[in-house]
Amino acid sequence: MSKILIRGAKVLGGEPQDVLIDGSEIAAVGSGLSAEGAEVVEADGKVLLPGLVDLHTHLREPGREDSETVLTGTRAAASGGYTAVFAMANTFPVADTAGVVEQVYRLGQEHGYCDVQPIGAVTVGLEGKKLAELGAMHESAAGVTVFSDDGKCVDDAVIMRRALEYVKAFGGVVAQHAQEPRLTEGAQMNEGVVSAELGLGGWPAVAEESIIARDVLLAEHVGSRVHICHLSTAGSVEIVRWAKSRGIDVTAEVTPHHLLLTDELVRSYNPVYKVNPPLRTERDVMALREALADGTIDIVATDHAPHPHEDKDCEWAAAAMGMVGLETALSVVQQTMVETGLLDWAGVADRMSFRPAGIGRAQGHGRPVSAGEPANLTLVDTAYRGAVDPAGFASRSRNTPYEGRELPGRVTHTWLRGRATLVDGKLA
Amino acid sequence: MQRHLISAADLTRDDAVLILDTAEEMARVADRPIKKLPTLRGRTVVNLFFEDSTRTRISFEAAEKRLSADVINFTAKGSSVSKGESLKDTAQTLEAMGVDAVVIRHGASGAPYRLATSGWIDAAVINAGDGTHQHPTQALLDAFTMRRRLVGRDAGLGQDLAGRRITLVGDILHSRVARSNVDLLHTLGAEVTLVAPPTLVPVGVESWPCEVSYDLDSTLSKSDAVMLLRVQRERMNAAFFPTEREYSRRYGLDGDRMAKMPEHAIVMHPGPMVRGMEITAEVADSERCTAIEQVTNGVSIRMAVLYLLLGGNEPAVTHTRTEEK
Ligand SMILES: [Zn+2]
Repeated sequence: MSKILIRGAKVLGGEPQDVLIDGSEIAAVGSGLSAEGAEVVEADGKVLLPGLVDLHTHLREPGREDSETVLTGTRAAASGGYTAVFAMANTFPVADTAGVVEQVYRLGQEHGYCDVQPIGAVTVGLEGKKLAELGAMHESAAGVTVFSDDGKCVDDAVIMRRALEYVKAFGGVVAQHAQEPRLTEGAQMNEGVVSAELGLGGWPAVAEESIIARDVLLAEHVGSRVHICHLSTAGSVEIVRWAKSRGIDVTAEVTPHHLLLTDELVRSYNPVYKVNPPLRTERDVMALREALADGTIDIVATDHAPHPHEDKDCEWAAAAMGMVGLETALSVVQQTMVETGLLDWAGVADRMSFRPAGIGRAQGHGRPVSAGEPANLTLVDTAYRGAVDPAGFASRSRNTPYEGRELPGRVTHTWLRGRATLVDGKLA
Repeated sequence: MQRHLISAADLTRDDAVLILDTAEEMARVADRPIKKLPTLRGRTVVNLFFEDSTRTRISFEAAEKRLSADVINFTAKGSSVSKGESLKDTAQTLEAMGVDAVVIRHGASGAPYRLATSGWIDAAVINAGDGTHQHPTQALLDAFTMRRRLVGRDAGLGQDLAGRRITLVGDILHSRVARSNVDLLHTLGAEVTLVAPPTLVPVGVESWPCEVSYDLDSTLSKSDAVMLLRVQRERMNAAFFPTEREYSRRYGLDGDRMAKMPEHAIVMHPGPMVRGMEITAEVADSERCTAIEQVTNGVSIRMAVLYLLLGGNEPAVTHTRTEEK
């Protein structure tokens, strides 16, 4: 069995401690631990976090391997400090059967960079008409617990109700991409002052808010839990806050880009800023940060959406929607939440590991950094400052909105069950 | 150094007045027996039209030919342009042919801006209408028409439109003409009022330098010019308004309404006019309607823009907005 001693790491941002990994588990946490027989990682001043968990990743395999594969996507995840990612179902074929989810799950296990928990489609082919075999996906080797038609909204209220009810049988959760389809026909960006000026089709906040309002009421009525994907508006925050105060079992996620970027960037007509839901206003950004800090928004999820260069190197209207995010997420959270004083590192661990693992019921992830727990860990050099250079990304696609932007923090080490997947910033 | 005309908002007051003054000079060429200047001899201009617009293309083509440019018309309609990369591919093909200027019409807002700023091409880019965003030469020819009618052909030289009250009526939401006109008329000192049913006014309009009204009748007596915008009948099916008749009753310009306008006030239309719904034949055919003059003025304005971008010694048209971003 291999032993690793992480020496002098600020565990969850606290006082420096030593953490001893033995095999796949954490053997001890304390000060002055013996380094005998162990490889030593000097972590002086760095922050040690539980391995990050992303509830919203697009790995593109099967079907769009030119954008990303399970291998390249999980390497990107390990680079970003993740030890588990939930892979969205909008692949080709759609992950709407036990066969497809098992394939994706097994690829993740084989490659070994990061656990891949497939998300099953709610409806067959993401068409919103007929429930997919939710139970079979749950019972498969992949053990699916999260279901989503992400990319599309489950807009039929009856289908949504049935899905919410059905997954109660095995503790599942429906993750909704809240987008009223009629209100967003032809939508290209946030509807507001900037869209009015640029003459781009508007995606109004109310198209998100009306679906969230409906779905929390449905969840209440049938006694289920619902998860809101990539919540992006101040109004959505108010609805979720109200729902939680009423005891409705709702959780919500925010993406790093919605915590940092605004629709003013669309003035460049550069499709690297084209994303769904769209970048909103400064007011929304501030509301999202506060909601993440006070727990109204439970987690940060990347919505990592890789696209090949040609799908972005064109005019705005023709460009694909989405941004890559796994490798920059923690840096954006450090800048927007930690350095603003809204969250401490324990809070980051909560929003990026404990809670997402809890919502997705990810076994062995999102556990405390203490003896006897699986050694899923991430070491962060929080003092680092540097400009983002997509050329160094492990992701197959480079559609990042942060190229050339200075962001703080850098993940130096990631361990998956005691095995290093990232060492000194390099993939193992 | 690249010089482009992408948006009416890129023009300063002095740029715009210079273009209008230059257009007056160009208009005199049209009165000569030989309507041609040697200015752009040996320069190649491409009319790159991804969207059908015979009127605008012919207007640019006439302007280019009067300035002796070599003209290539590229109509992408019918060819495979469903993939976005075709704009880049097409642009680079034209670049390889040594094109000096590209006049681009595109259905996607921002396509000319992308063309001018993405490093795909070195040629000057002139926006001939992009999606629902901008159509700067249309705004310039409208301003030119107003200045001639409201200030005077010679008296207008060097003048802007300070204090003139202009009302734009119709589908503001989908109109690049409205966006361009609001920007340019504001720069020229005019007071602009937009009139439309609330469904055809964009969310976010409150940041525009103009007034918004839902009531046409209350604005007429205070207007020096009333500009009618195209309202497509299919908007009715998308529930932007109930019926053609109701639209016409509330926002159409007929003889009775025209009579409420001040005597000197003009009626403008970018064409083609849909008679009956937005304008009655009586108004369209009246002395006060400038629709035909606007077509004539369009050629002069486009000559002036091409001349200043490609032939003029001084950089008459700046692109500050491009550089700021
Ligand atoms: Zn989504």
